[in-house]
Formats: sequence, structure tokens, C-alpha cells
Amino acid sequence: MIAWAEPVASTLLRAIAWIALAPLVPGIIHRTKAWIAGRRGPPILQLYYDLARLWRKEVVWSSVASPMHLLGPAVAWVAVLGAALLVPTDAAHAGLDLPGSAILFVYLLALARFGTAAAAMDTGSAFEGMGAAREVSYAVLSEVALVTGLLALSVHGGSASLAHMFDASGGVGSALLAGGLFVVLLAENCRVPFDDPNTHLELTMVHEVMVLDHSGPPLAVILHGASLKLAIFSVLLVKAVVPLGQHSPLVAVAVLGAAAAGVGVGVGIAESLMARLAFRRVPLLLTTAFLLNLFALLVEVEGGRLR
Amino acid sequence: MRALGLVAVPAVASIAALAWPKQATRPLLLPVAAFPHLLLALWCLIDPGPPVPAAWLAMDVVARAVLPLVSLLFLVAALYAVAYLKLRAERNNRIFVAALLGMLALLSLALQAQHLGLLWVAAEAATMVTVPLLHFNRSARAYEATWKYLLVGGTGLALSLMGTFGLGYASLQAGGAGDLTFLSLSQQVHSWSPPWLTLAWVLLLAGYGTKMGVAPMHTWKPDAYGEAPGIVGTMLAGGMTTMAFVAVLRVKAVVDRAMGPAMTTRTLLGLGLLSMALAALFLLRTRDFKRLLAYSSVEHMGILAIGAALGRAGTAAALFHVWTNGMTKGALFFTAGNLRRIGGGRTADEVGGLRHVAPASAALFVTGLFAVTACPPFGVFFSEIQILRAALDSGRPAVAGGFVACLLVAFFGLTRLVFAIVDGEPKTVAPPRPELRDTLGVIGPPLACLLAALWLGLAPPQLLADTWRQAAAWLGDVP
Amino acid sequence: MTDTLNLLIGIAAGLNLLALASSRLPSMIRAAALQGLVLGVLPLLLEDDWSVLLVAMAAGTALAKGFVIPSLLRRAMHAASIDREVEPLIGFVPSLLLGALATILAMLLSRSLPLLPEHSRTLLLPGALATAICGALLIMARTKAISQVCGYLVLENGAYLFGLLLLRSTPLLVEAGILLDLTVGIFVIGIVVDRIQREFDSLDTRNLTELHE
Repeated sequence: MIAWAEPVASTLLRAIAWIALAPLVPGIIHRTKAWIAGRRGPPILQLYYDLARLWRKEVVWSSVASPMHLLGPAVAWVAVLGAALLVPTDAAHAGLDLPGSAILFVYLLALARFGTAAAAMDTGSAFEGMGAAREVSYAVLSEVALVTGLLALSVHGGSASLAHMFDASGGVGSALLAGGLFVVLLAENCRVPFDDPNTHLELTMVHEVMVLDHSGPPLAVILHGASLKLAIFSVLLVKAVVPLGQHSPLVAVAVLGAAAAGVGVGVGIAESLMARLAFRRVPLLLTTAFLLNLFALLVEVEGGRLR
Repeated sequence: MRALGLVAVPAVASIAALAWPKQATRPLLLPVAAFPHLLLALWCLIDPGPPVPAAWLAMDVVARAVLPLVSLLFLVAALYAVAYLKLRAERNNRIFVAALLGMLALLSLALQAQHLGLLWVAAEAATMVTVPLLHFNRSARAYEATWKYLLVGGTGLALSLMGTFGLGYASLQAGGAGDLTFLSLSQQVHSWSPPWLTLAWVLLLAGYGTKMGVAPMHTWKPDAYGEAPGIVGTMLAGGMTTMAFVAVLRVKAVVDRAMGPAMTTRTLLGLGLLSMALAALFLLRTRDFKRLLAYSSVEHMGILAIGAALGRAGTAAALFHVWTNGMTKGALFFTAGNLRRIGGGRTADEVGGLRHVAPASAALFVTGLFAVTACPPFGVFFSEIQILRAALDSGRPAVAGGFVACLLVAFFGLTRLVFAIVDGEPKTVAPPRPELRDTLGVIGPPLACLLAALWLGLAPPQLLADTWRQAAAWLGDVP
Repeated sequence: MTDTLNLLIGIAAGLNLLALASSRLPSMIRAAALQGLVLGVLPLLLEDDWSVLLVAMAAGTALAKGFVIPSLLRRAMHAASIDREVEPLIGFVPSLLLGALATILAMLLSRSLPLLPEHSRTLLLPGALATAICGALLIMARTKAISQVCGYLVLENGAYLFGLLLLRSTPLLVEAGILLDLTVGIFVIGIVVDRIQREFDSLDTRNLTELHE
């Protein structure tokens, strides 16, 4: 056995697992919403069928599109997958253990957003430009909240590498972080109350409007990337809040999976109970998320002093 | 016993006023309570009696230095009130009379309080009891002024409460036993924590400074003084602010003993000069002669703060200034009330030529104006000269310069508006109602105030001067 | 005990921000009331042996701050049919950020203030300072009378939290004074609000008759 073969194999394995399992999360959300509304709803595997269908379809190119139209979704997907690989999926086997990977994580997500937004604006449609503008202006606030949350985690874990940051204690700090990161999850993935993924009312759409000109395999890549991002944030939330350290790796992975599915159910419940926020109220909610994470950070800093 | 009596006499009278059945004779309770109160205060001044060390309430030297003034001013105000309330017979005066007497009782309590907590409780209660006085006129503007007074004053009280706790905790932290009388606080020998003292001082200065009305916490003053009857303005400007100033002095003595006078001196000088400068600027702008008095009061609070910052000589001069300013302000508020009633307006745009309509009041108002802007031979001139000399003697020529510059600007602002309303031709054609004309009842009290201010300037009694000096020495170097 | 205490103080600090973010008067009143309720319990956590006086004080505080005053405010709001919308001078997001900044500053400030050993592990001091600053912020940054009263309540809560530092050492006079004066103060404020409203009403009706003639 060659020395580097084992980590490479493990990374490959995890990449495959991320790619294969991610579309489950939107399925769970839709199922939950349907269940609460008393409908039967689409099957949990619906997104897989959609992706397969889109993959087989022909691509319709806009006559004014540049290569960016294709490059954007591709870059976004790769960046999101890279971010996913940085997130540790169990206690013992960390993700890619790079020093300061938390910062890389944030940048990869930003790169993915850039890719999507650039591809959206590529056709020159004012409508898609509006969607991109909204997406990016939400991101300005939600990224601050995300970075603050990661900062709290890194102070707690004493490391800036995602691989070593997650050492949840289950205290007040974790509770604050859970609230803050959940809001970030909703905002980053364009869920209710920030955006309604099911809406077809043009003026209120954010994420959906950005992909209007895409079709076929590129659209499939975009949809898969979105589900991957949702899965990343679900796992991140669980890792940040639920203490998994003392369990054996197998149990930890099982707990993690179950909890991530639980987050999906939570998103579904939240979407069923909440209406979409008025655009001008969005900053207030994102500021709240920022403050929750900030106070989690304060608890970490002050907690050490009080004890 | 006498200390308690000074609180009990007006308190009993206040309860009696609530129960008094006759509207017409109820105002007479005011002078009836004010006379024995003044006699008692003067008795304490002449014959202090032995000091009571551990008492929470005592007529100590600091209280003796100012309480007789409040009492005297209240007596004059009471005499004015009898005439005033006759003019306002349409208004039920039960609450007004009771609240005025209650205010005197609580001011006496606060001025004599030797305990940090008791001082605060008395200050809070005095604020609350003033509220019905402010909206006696029942106009929408009066309610707005009351609201501001409550909100700003309440915030100040909350701050001073926090400061009280802060000072108490600082003393505990420095090894104290939880005795919050000023004497034991200043005798505490253990080392205090400077950050705690700083925090407590800042909070207490902000809190009681709000009650005093130094800038920038003066925002309630123009509204309250502008809308309240003249008697209330007098008691606020001469009584309430004096109470707050004494509170600041007492706290300052504790802080100075614990960590030296550097910090308190700096903050008081800064606040004082800021108040004087802001007040002078506003005096140039205002068109309303009752609000004018409020800004003048802000200016004089600044003068008091500066005096308090300048060591023993400055503190003694500031206590002197409390007397001269209180008496002069009384004359101004009473005559301003007269002019307001007779003239039917409050701004230079509405009224003019008041010397034709109300010659006596107008003459007294102008004289009061010269008295308050420190023209000799009135008392304010001498007290301000003393403060100025204290500034120069302590090597602060810049402070003295700023002080004089602000006084000059204020003089210009005050005279500008006063002559605008007194001189010229009357702007209203209708003659005033005959019962509103100058009578002895509304002219006598301001005249008495001005005579007192003159007397304080020309021949201040030795007894008073000694008391101010002793009080300053006691505050500067507590035994 | 200390952990519970700190948790409650943390909740109170969170309620400061909730009050700052409230865009409707009822939710602002609710935040202030809840804060009063939380703070009312604190004396019981600070002392180990409960005297009758202590329990009475805690119950009285919780009752007054948590129920009586808020219900007075609600009554005033209904009676005067005041519009429920809060009108901010400083917007909600800047207010929130300022509130958070105040909380952090309070933390930093309280680090330089030495505490007695029995308080060194509690958040009483930073909580008190943060609550007081947020209360002052509410008073300054909101225009409506009721919201300013809420701000004043929060400010008073901060002062009360501060006073708990002295619970063990000083006579209860100070504490009784707070409670009494708080109630009286708010009571008077409530009456004034009522009167303001009535005064405006009567002005309106007078105008109407004048126009009629």
C-alpha cells in the first residue's frame, strides 16, 4: 500500500458519498412540507429523477451567451464539492485537514456564488441580473453571520481548520449557534423566509430567476450544486451543535446522517409555518443571525474566563 | 429633632392641604408652613448644635449653607402663590398646594440626607411630586413639557441610582462594611478601586447633573420652565437644582478623598464651561422670555460646576452663588409670570412695549435682568467675581477667560430679548383684564427677592459667609 | 446556581436586543415584561437561605415588572387607541447593532472593574451595564411615548440588576426604595400618557364645535 493511497481513496469515497446523497436533502424537505400540508407529495428521490431527465435533455444556448454561461455552473459545482470535502463527516476521520481551511471553505462558497451570478448575468437579461443582485446582497449579510459563526467554533475548538473545529459542548453557545447557523442555512440556500423555491411569481424570485436561461445538463449541475450546498450546511449545523466526539466513528456517522436528515425536516417545518419576508425585513433577520453567532462567540470568549 | 422637624412641618402641611375643604383658603397653608420652616432653618443656622455622627438625616454644615435659602425662597414663593392662585381661581388648587409643600419637605429631606441611598430616594420622590406642578396649566404644551421632564429626569434618576450602587459597591470592594453614609464613606481608609470610583462618579454626575440641568443634560429645562407657572420655575431653579448641586458636592467630597481631586475637577470644569457656552449660544437665539430664563439657569448651573471644581475658595463662592442666583431667579420668574399673564404672549413676536402695560413688573424684570447678568451691586456680581478669582488663583487663566467670554455673550443675548419685549409699542390692542394688573401681591415677592439679592451683594451677613467657608472646608477635607 | 444565574442574565441581555428589534409595540412591551419577570427571579438564585423578605421582594419585583406595569401599558395603548407601529428614529438594524456593540462594550468595561469573590463568576455587572445602555438607546431612538416607557423600563431593569450586587450588604431600604419608586414613576408616567391623550381628544372636540359655528 502506498502512503498517499489511503487518504486519496478516503477522499474519493467521501466525494462520491456527498454527490450521491446530497439530492436526498431537498427530497426530505419537500416530503415534510407535503406531509404538513396533508398532501402525498413527490417521492423522496424526486430530485434524482429530475437530474437524470435533465441530463438526457438537449442544451438550448442563448444566442448572446458566452462561454461563461457554461463555465459558471461548472465552477460553482466544483467549488461547492471542494467545500464539502473540507467538512469533516465524522469525529475520527476528518475532512481534508488543511490549516485554516475554514477560511478556504468560505471562499469556495463565495466562488460558487460568483460562478452562479456571473452565469446568470451572462445572457444580459435584466431579470436575471435582478436575481443575481438580490442573491449577492443577501450574501453580504449572511456571509458575515457565517464567518462569525465559524469564528465562534474556531475559538471553541482552538483551531482554524474545519477538521478540528467541531467540538460541540452542547451549552448556551451551541444553542445560540444553532439558531444563527439555521438562519444562515435558510438564507444561503434561498429557502423561505428569504426566498421561495417554489414561486413562479417573477418579482419575488431570487435563486430561481438566476437559472431561467439554463437548460439540460448545465441546469442539472446547478440543481445538484444547490442540493450539495444544502447538505453541507445541514452537516455543518449538526457538527456545530451536536456533541459527537465521544461516539465511535460508525455511530457518529449514523448520528450525523440522521441529524442532517432532521435538519431537512426542520427546514420543511420552518417553510410550512413561515411566510416569505418582505424584502426590507430581510436585513433584520440576517442581522439577528449575525448577533446570535456573535453572542455565541462572546460566550466562548467569556465562558473561559468565568470558569 | 430639628432636622426631622424641617421635613415634618411641610409634610404635615401637605397632607393638611390634601384634606383642606376650602378652595379659597387652601393657598394660605403655604405661608403658614413656610414661616415656621424658615424660622427652624434660621435657628439651625444660628445655633448649629453638636454634630450627630452616624445619623442618616442631619442639619450638617453643608445643609446649613443652602437650606435657609431654599426655605426663604419658598416663603417668598408662597406669598406670591397666594396672590397667583387667587387669579387662577378657576383651577382646583388642591394638588398644586399639596405638591408644592411636598416638594419643600422632600427638598429638605434631600439636602439633609447623610446617606447615599436616602439622598437618592428623596431626589426621586421630589421629582415625582413636581410632576403635577408642571402641568398646572393643562395645555398640550404643558403636557409635552411634563413628559420631557419625566423622561429626562427619570433617566437621570436611573443613572444616579446606578451611580449610587456603584459607589456603594466600590466601598464594599475596598473593604467597607456596607455603611453608605457620607461620613463613613469618606473615612474609609482602605484603598479604593479607581475604575469603580470613576464609573460611580460618571454615573452620579450624569444623574444629578441631569437634575441640575447642566449641558448636555439640560433638554428638559427650557420646556419645563417655559410651561410651568412662575412659582414652580422658581422652586425648580432655586430649590431642585440646589438639591442636585449639593448631591454632586457630597459625592465629589467622597471621590476626592478616595482618589484625589484631579478627575472630578476636570469633569466639572468641562461640563461647566460646556453649559455656559451652550447656554450663551441659545440665549442669542431664543425668542421666548420664559425659555430665556431656562437657558440663563443652565448658564448659572455651569458657573456652579466651575466653582465646585476650583477648590475650597471656589466651592465657598459657588455656595454664595447658589444664594445670589436663587434670589435673582426668583425675581425673574415671578415678574416673567406677571408679564406673561398681562402681555398675553411669550415670545418677542407676540408681545412688546410691556413697560406701558405693566410698568412695575417690567421695571422689576429689567432690574432682575441686570442682577442676573452680574451687574454690580447685586449679589451675582460678587459671587461670580469670587469664582473668577478662585480660577485665577488656582492658575487656570483659560477657564477664567472662557468664563468671562460666555458671560459677555449671555449678557448680550439676555438684554437683546428683554428690551425687545419691554420697549417699543404694545403689540396687542386689547387692554389686559383689570384683575391681572400689577398688585402688591404679585409685585411684592419679586421686589423682596431683588432686595435680598442686593443685600447679599452689598452686605452679606458674616454668619452666612462663615457657613459657606466652613461647608467648603468640610467638603474639601472631611474630618 | 451561578450557571442558571448567568443563563438568565444572558436571556435578559437577549431580550434587550429583542426590544430593540421590535417593530410593534405589543412585542416590545412583551420583551420588557419578560425581562422583568426573568430579573425578578434572580434574588432567589443569589441567596442560599431564603428569608420571607427576600421571597416577598422577588415576588413583588416579578409581579410589578412582569405583569402590573406591562398591563398598565397595554391598557394605555388600548384606551388611547395608539397605532401599534413603532416609529424609530434610528432604524431597527442599526439599533440592533448598537445594542450588540453596547453589550460587548459592557463586557469589556466590566473586565476592568474588580468584583468581590462571590460575584466574580457572575454576569451581573456586564448584564446590568448592557441593559442600562440598551434602555437608554431605546429611549433616545424611539419616538412614541409607550416605546419610550418600555425603554425606561429596560433602563430600570439595568439599574435593578446593578443593585443586586449590593443585595447582601446593604439594608433592604434601598431595594424597597427601587421597587416603590419604579412603580410610582411608571404609574405617574402612565397617568400622564393618559392625560396627554385626553387633552388631545378634548382639543379635537373643541375644534369640531368651533368649525360648526
